[in-house]
Amino acid sequence: MNISPFFFYLFAGSAIAFALLTVLKKNPVASAFSLILVFFSFAGIYALLGAHLVAAMQVLVYAGAIMVLFIFVIMLLNADTPSFDMGRSHRLLRWGSAVLGLALFATFVWVFKNSAALGTKGAFTPVAIEAAGGNTQVLSELMFSEYILPFELTSVLLLAAIVGAVAIAKRGKKRVGHAG
Amino acid sequence: MQVEPWVVLSFSSLIFMIGLVGLLIRRNILVILMCIELMLNAVNLTFVTFSQQLDHLGGQMSVFFIITVAAAESAVGLGLVIAMYRTLRSVDTDEIQLLRE
Repeated sequence: MNISPFFFYLFAGSAIAFALLTVLKKNPVASAFSLILVFFSFAGIYALLGAHLVAAMQVLVYAGAIMVLFIFVIMLLNADTPSFDMGRSHRLLRWGSAVLGLALFATFVWVFKNSAALGTKGAFTPVAIEAAGGNTQVLSELMFSEYILPFELTSVLLLAAIVGAVAIAKRGKKRVGHAG
Repeated sequence: MQVEPWVVLSFSSLIFMIGLVGLLIRRNILVILMCIELMLNAVNLTFVTFSQQLDHLGGQMSVFFIITVAAAESAVGLGLVIAMYRTLRSVDTDEIQLLRE
């Protein structure tokens, strides 16, 4: 692929390092901030791959909205205090899952390296996208023509998520009121 | 020197496995939700890589829908975390044993 190796390995290395920190740090606030840096590294890789709108959405939605929500909940619950047990799980589960993960990773690498390129090539070569007005314009036109039904269904999903989140949070409140 | 597509795909599968292992070994429910986000991101990168490799923008469209689903999932998941904290006064998954009694 025609991308800069230096920047790819830079972003990939930082993403792997901060992903490991996310998993291994005992403090959830440290995990959350490491995860934000992982998201920024991913945004860099998306930009390298030519997916500019995806890179922008990654920063706005993931690193902006979702992680602010996470940090807000961590602060709200005071979950960063040491009184909570942030310890790791049982040793057998820990090493077993690490071995399982490495085996699955090796399998994936073997498959990706040895499988031939599959599927037919589409019409959106980088040159064609450039001629049609750039990544953002082409994607927006696709979203409101070919992918209009999933786009509209997404709004139903978001409505259900809003109602669900409010209902779950409210019911807990009422139960605490009855108990007290 | 070129970056081959399988290198990018292997990188995303490595991130996916880090998220999976974290999901299995951590007991803090907030970190478990973060690991799920990590895995969703790895899948997004796979979609974008194939989209670029096959000159087809369906992969990048899928990423938008996955991001939306991830936002909805984290909103509902964090609502559940708050409900769990109100009931158990803890964010430890080992404390969820109300059905055992």
